[in-house]
Amino acid sequence: MRTGTLFDPIEQDLHTDEYKINMGPQHPATHGVLRLILTIDGEVIKNVEPDLGYIHRSIEKICERDNYRQIVHLTDRMDYLSSHINNEAVCLLIENALEIEVSDRVKVIRTILDELTRISSHLLWWGVMGMDVGALTTFMYGFREREMINDIFENTCGARLTMNYNVPGGLMWDIYSGFVRDTKAFLKHFKPKLKEYNDLLTDNIIFRKRTEGIGVLSKESAIAYGVTGPTMRGSGVSCDIRKLFPYSAYDRVEFEEIFMQGGDTFDRYLVRMKEMEQSIHIIEQLIDNIPEGETLEKTRAVIKLPKGEFYQRVETARGELGVYVISDGKKSPYRMKFRSPGFSNLSVINEIAVGHKIGDFVAIISTLDLVIPDIDR
Amino acid sequence: MGYFSDIIHGFKTLLTGMKVTGKYFFNARKEIITQQYPDNRDTLTFPERFRGRVDMPHNENNEHRCTGCQACEIACPNGSIEIIWDRVLNPETGKKKKAIEKHIYHLSMCTMCNLCIVACPTDAIVMTHEFELAAYDRSDLTFVLNKPGSKLMAGVEE
Amino acid sequence: MHGTERFTAAVHQWLLGMFSPGAAHIAEMVLTGLAYLAFFAVAGLALVYLERRIAAFFQVRLGPNRVGPFGLLQTVADALKLVAKEPIGTKKADHFLYSLAPYFLIISSLMAISVIPMGAGFSAFDIDVGVFFLIAVSSVGVLGILIAGWGSYNKYSLIGALRSGAQMISYELSVGLSLLTMILLVGSLRFSDVVQAQSDYWLIFKGHIPAFIAFVIFIISGTAESNRTPFDLVEAESELGAGFHSEYSGIQFAFFFLSEFINMFIISAVAATVFLGGWMPFHIGDLEGFNHIMDYIPGPVWFFIKTGFIIFLMMWFRWTFPRLRIDQLMKLEWKYLLPLNLLNILLMAFFVWKGWYL
Repeated sequence: MRTGTLFDPIEQDLHTDEYKINMGPQHPATHGVLRLILTIDGEVIKNVEPDLGYIHRSIEKICERDNYRQIVHLTDRMDYLSSHINNEAVCLLIENALEIEVSDRVKVIRTILDELTRISSHLLWWGVMGMDVGALTTFMYGFREREMINDIFENTCGARLTMNYNVPGGLMWDIYSGFVRDTKAFLKHFKPKLKEYNDLLTDNIIFRKRTEGIGVLSKESAIAYGVTGPTMRGSGVSCDIRKLFPYSAYDRVEFEEIFMQGGDTFDRYLVRMKEMEQSIHIIEQLIDNIPEGETLEKTRAVIKLPKGEFYQRVETARGELGVYVISDGKKSPYRMKFRSPGFSNLSVINEIAVGHKIGDFVAIISTLDLVIPDIDR
Repeated sequence: MGYFSDIIHGFKTLLTGMKVTGKYFFNARKEIITQQYPDNRDTLTFPERFRGRVDMPHNENNEHRCTGCQACEIACPNGSIEIIWDRVLNPETGKKKKAIEKHIYHLSMCTMCNLCIVACPTDAIVMTHEFELAAYDRSDLTFVLNKPGSKLMAGVEE
Repeated sequence: MHGTERFTAAVHQWLLGMFSPGAAHIAEMVLTGLAYLAFFAVAGLALVYLERRIAAFFQVRLGPNRVGPFGLLQTVADALKLVAKEPIGTKKADHFLYSLAPYFLIISSLMAISVIPMGAGFSAFDIDVGVFFLIAVSSVGVLGILIAGWGSYNKYSLIGALRSGAQMISYELSVGLSLLTMILLVGSLRFSDVVQAQSDYWLIFKGHIPAFIAFVIFIISGTAESNRTPFDLVEAESELGAGFHSEYSGIQFAFFFLSEFINMFIISAVAATVFLGGWMPFHIGDLEGFNHIMDYIPGPVWFFIKTGFIIFLMMWFRWTFPRLRIDQLMKLEWKYLLPLNLLNILLMAFFVWKGWYL
């Protein structure tokens, strides 16, 4: 150092610096093969860069090869926690395009199963959320209730996760004989458990301190990033497709769209907890009066959509799922695009996670409720 | 006095949480939800509609109901069904008719979507309740569903 | 004279009969060392089993139940597997430090366990600064964690180790101060004196309000000392993978794992000794008959029952609470536990001065 400037050996040898760590593709907190490149200063996050594509299966491209009946089962594999709702989105699109009017029975059964799916998805999320902030027991409790829903699914259509129960024109089969009984038994079992969940996690002082005021997502950036679902409603923006563009039997049930104003991690948590109550409310209205009717409308053996563009949106457990089809009149679509909720919800991560610590970051990605196959498709 | 009331409130919430888990701990005998899987294999019950692997039921005379119409092959999204068929001379009527030689099922590609079962006009194939489908070799995942020497059940085609 | 004292005296006599006094002394030391090592291994394995089993019951499942009756041999099988495994390290690790780290932890916990009396006269050495020695020695363990985090050349490990450094140094204060509160009541740092002072009433009853506050503080900071949920930021599975021991495998990992459980045992044993009367039986005032029945239960049994109770409490915490964040951890210590602790010492000193204790 002969330049005449003061030489500071500490500055020279022991300077602090930001560094990068890879969270994922294999990491317990990313719930799948999501890779997040974190730039960190000590424990504080300076930048988050999501790296996608580890589970890309080109579902949209496969859809261009398959016929319309076959497309339905592929959507199971996108957001596997709300597979029934995904199936329904495609079926609704085909039905609307072909102007098939499904019977009330189909609509009601679809809605009940939608809400069961939503509860099951939120239950899994709740268990995993607890696990992410360190309370490992919540996972088993959440799964215990989820198991009952899965049993109902399994009895209804033979599969627990990849249901493929919706087909264009209705349902693959009628519901099984014990469906109403089992669903009621589940509701009876589940209602007191919600209070237990609140005792165990929601009211817990450590959990409150870990989540309140963390990862605040403002209304403006929520809208700007196209965030949907409970994540958006946690910031106080109305975006519930069930209310705004009712499909199936949602126009005949009354339920509340849950809002929170804060937009922080705890608000997003609360939205989901309260949505479960609303789902119970919806199911209770429908379960006792499932109308009689056909469960499957007659469709052509080979479904061909008329030429044109079609769009259908539904509210999955994670947000708005949009299905967009360009048809050239052939038996498979010319172009199929899924607007998946997880992708837009993930894009907001850099906005809300910067400045928080690693521990909070885990809680934040947990309340975004990401399903990685839904992001990558 | 917010300092001390915070502490007391905090402790109260912690104790409520401990009450919940404690309740389960002391009732552990009744509340267990897990199953001891390989032990209870014999007593496992399946829903009627359970989707295991695809199979073709045969009756006691080694007859099946598959006419070789290939509806399942077309319906399958993954190409897991392959049908090798031929026209065979029917000695009674003297006409040549389509009959399957091999109904090949690739379990490795199957997603258990049930579309082939729905598509089959003669209910020739069903979903079994078999669920332990892992194999050590990929070739073990290819099945020929019709048994050797089997033929079409009479009266299916009408 | 208690049964345990008679036992140690008998062993002493037997050895003196066989060897010269010097050799007998050495033989005694070797025997004690071996006994502690055996206890270390057995207690570690038993605690791992208990933890898994109890965790399972909290989580409405069964836990290990395949190997041996009730799965009792599961942890033995796991330990054997870990011993047989090849240690896989990182290429760029500082190999000297990397291999050294586990021993820091295991030796510090072995040394700490030696001063705790498990029965009358049943401790390896009963020095007059026992409590002080225990605090001093148990804080050596953090060096092992720091070295492990630094030596394994892994960012996750390093974060975990640094968290651990901050955590241990802070919570050491609370552990020390809450023990000091009770020492005010006893007037001696020697563990055998602490236990002897509780022959009529356990200290938690003797010192009533301040003693109870000290007990709660000790349990909280003790949980933090042993790096367990809600203070398991060092490992923080969902955040850091496995924290400071991410890069360890085989027997080195087993050392970390065992010493973690032994640390829990030590904290519980200290809590049982200082607050709940150690090996002293439970007595109620003048109820002669009741006290007499209680005296029939040998001291070590009392000790392990009490320790087991505290261990169960700590497991209960672990399977109920979420984890704290690092800044909240610091806040809890410096803004809540430490001031309360200092106030509590004053309160206790005042009570002792006035003679307001049982």
